[in-house]
Amino acid sequence: MGPIIGVLFDGFAYGMLLFLLSVGLSVTLGMMNFVNLAHCAFAMLGGYVTITLVNTFGWPFLATLPMAFLAAALVSVIFERLLYRRLYRASELDQVLLTIGLAFMSIATAAYVFGTIHQSAPTPSFLRGSVQYFGINFGVYRLFLVAVALAVTLVLVLTLEYTRFGQQVRAAVDNQRMARGLGINVDATFAATFALGSGLAGLGGALAIEMVGLDPSFALIYLVYVLIVVSVGGLGSILGSFIAAVLIGVSDIAGKYYVPEIGSFLIYLVMIVLLMWRPSGLFGKR
Amino acid sequence: MPMTPHDYLRAQTRWHPLEIVFWLATLLPFVLFPSYLSLASQIAITALFALSLDLILGYAGIVSLGHAAFFGIGAYTAGIISKHGITDPLIGLVIAAALTAAIGFATSFMVSRFKHLALIMITLGFGFLVHELANAMHWLTGGADGLQGINIGKLFGVFEFDLWGQTAYIYSLVVLFILFLVVRRLTNSPFGLALRGIRENSVRMPAIGAPSAAHIRKVYTISAAIAGIAGALLAQTTSTVSLGVLDFQRSADVLVMLVLGGAGLMYGGLIGAIIFMVARDQFSGINPQFWYFWIGLLLVVVVMLLPNGILGGLSHLYRTVMGRRS
Amino acid sequence: MTETALAPNASAATTPALATRNLNKRFGQLAVARDISITLPRGERYALIGPNGAGKTTLINLMTGMIKPDSGQILLGDTDITQLRPEQRVKRGLVRTFQINTLFPNLSALEAVTLSIFERNNEAGIWWKALPSYRNDADEAYEILKSLRLGDHAYRATRELAYGQQRLLEIAVALAAKPQVLLLDEPAAGVPPEESAELFSVIAELSKDISVLFIEHDMNVVFRFASRIIVMVGGAILLEGTPQEISTDPRVREVYLGGAHP
Repeated sequence: MGPIIGVLFDGFAYGMLLFLLSVGLSVTLGMMNFVNLAHCAFAMLGGYVTITLVNTFGWPFLATLPMAFLAAALVSVIFERLLYRRLYRASELDQVLLTIGLAFMSIATAAYVFGTIHQSAPTPSFLRGSVQYFGINFGVYRLFLVAVALAVTLVLVLTLEYTRFGQQVRAAVDNQRMARGLGINVDATFAATFALGSGLAGLGGALAIEMVGLDPSFALIYLVYVLIVVSVGGLGSILGSFIAAVLIGVSDIAGKYYVPEIGSFLIYLVMIVLLMWRPSGLFGKR
Repeated sequence: MPMTPHDYLRAQTRWHPLEIVFWLATLLPFVLFPSYLSLASQIAITALFALSLDLILGYAGIVSLGHAAFFGIGAYTAGIISKHGITDPLIGLVIAAALTAAIGFATSFMVSRFKHLALIMITLGFGFLVHELANAMHWLTGGADGLQGINIGKLFGVFEFDLWGQTAYIYSLVVLFILFLVVRRLTNSPFGLALRGIRENSVRMPAIGAPSAAHIRKVYTISAAIAGIAGALLAQTTSTVSLGVLDFQRSADVLVMLVLGGAGLMYGGLIGAIIFMVARDQFSGINPQFWYFWIGLLLVVVVMLLPNGILGGLSHLYRTVMGRRS
Repeated sequence: MTETALAPNASAATTPALATRNLNKRFGQLAVARDISITLPRGERYALIGPNGAGKTTLINLMTGMIKPDSGQILLGDTDITQLRPEQRVKRGLVRTFQINTLFPNLSALEAVTLSIFERNNEAGIWWKALPSYRNDADEAYEILKSLRLGDHAYRATRELAYGQQRLLEIAVALAAKPQVLLLDEPAAGVPPEESAELFSVIAELSKDISVLFIEHDMNVVFRFASRIIVMVGGAILLEGTPQEISTDPRVREVYLGGAHP
């Protein structure tokens, strides 16, 4: 009984991390169909910003989190202005090639600047250890992560439902042509959403250090998980990303715990089967 | 005097003198670079793999990010059967081709059903799935340690695969050439025209009665078999197979080669492979991270500035020289 | 709901070339096809007119299988083709052209038409025989191009052809499939009036074995070539009749000011 709850909780926490990393990509993909394989490079950037601020400048960990968000958002704006916006109508292959190229470059740069060593987590002491509820150990950091993710989710949902910006996002995701016809500046909305999504990825990258570590290969390894969450959850759906992230997170952790021999093979199978059943993802538009 | 259709088609499919020059030039390593024959056979093998991806990407327009799966399956098949008594290289090739073709055919049903992101994800996922499977089935594949006990016999019972690489290069080169001829014939056949039709306008194809899904399944199966043969060649010429044959990096590298040389031009993958492998060999002293920085930059530059690949930037010249359209 | 009367010169005993029965389709709240029943007798030339957004192209998409109807039937001759995939319908003789050129930019005109012939002859799966050995198919393609005044441009890449030539190629590719029923979606769309005359003379010369339904906005063309006109508005059929009947019907004037180009 105990281990199951523990495994589920760990899986849920991991899923929350995946959600933070994925939600931005899901919404921007749903809106503009732009395949951005450099998305996790922004996450990696956020992680390294935190590392640098803590180790070199002595910042407290919590204060670095907004900076990780901002740095990733800012860099994404630069990429979008200079490069991405020329390719909105280009072929998928071109988008894949460009963004993989950017991912390669950022990985190489990170390796050059920070080396390929596994970075140690700059977690403050009050976030370490575990607490006991109902006789079960819960990692404090994981609780923190879940809290942050749920707070972000709440903010996202409220923004989407109740602000004008949120309305514009929903219209643009739903039907870009109609949104333009209604006078919505889709390009500006996309740029803002893109910045927001990349910022969240950066935040996720910073939060990920304690849970899964950070080295330059993060940008590609976690890209795979993010793509799985996005395609399973459905493009353009926050709810879809949330559910898919939890599903993948729990499957991965539970799989590795109970059947360690099969490794990550399970989630790829889950993804392929789910995609065959619903090619647009669980909550994607048809 | 207008050409007859027959003359036109013959002009499109005729061998160009430069093609002959190219293939004669592949014999040069024997004379000019005798100590580099191992590298030359690696290049030939990679070129064959690139050719297989060009078939589906350049001709049918299928973006696959997991093609290394078939390469790896071919490599492991050739390696594993050699451990169990089937040491003849040619038989090994045939068996590897048959198995990868079967798996390719099975997966082609998924590939032909999906487009866009779902297709990219499925091919990517398939690549990772096979990698993980090979890792997990270490009783069969040796897992992270690589396949042990590979025992490749002599070619025709006479020619041994040795460190000098002569047998390896002749073997790889001949297989590459033969399969190139097959691919060349395929692209110049009605089926090749249908594939180009799918790539040029997949919406129009059903409107002329084309069973696009069936066409895609066929080309995907053939492409898988060719990739499998390339992998088998690697296993046989080097007597090693490790998980690296299934890496995403390998799928990405061969995509880069097609970008370099231009996809859908038949020779693009071959030339791209040569450039890529030679450059990597020359720069192998450099940090691997630097290498991928430049590759990344290359991709960015090519996409933003040269829509048809580096050699494609000269594509007009290329096509004029080759005397044909894409 | 509009009942369709059979055309005056079709006997009750002859099966129509193409017929739809109570075809319905909605996208969410929007009904794009409302209870459409149409009959196209053999050898006839019918025109489908209506304002933009009336659902004319949608109807063609439904007939050819690009969209699945919510209810209703589509019959090609005697056969119910409602469940068939688009390529299967083409094989049975139902062929369409597109309003916007949907061609193969880098294929030459000859290659495009030859491809259509290959698919028709089930030869497109053959990968071991070289193209030049298919003399008959290539010659047939060339003849089709010549009959459409494209003979001189046969070897040029589609993207190098002028717009009007591409519209002709649209038709050539469709004709190569040897249709029994040809659905032309605004064949002269975007073609300047001087050139569209030529295009329509080509259509007029089409064999009487082929039954044609064409969407068109130019009323002069419609009155010249169509023996019967069907008027669609808002996804439904408003009325149908001879050119004489349609041109004098006040409802048509009200809904669709004649001769307006999109």
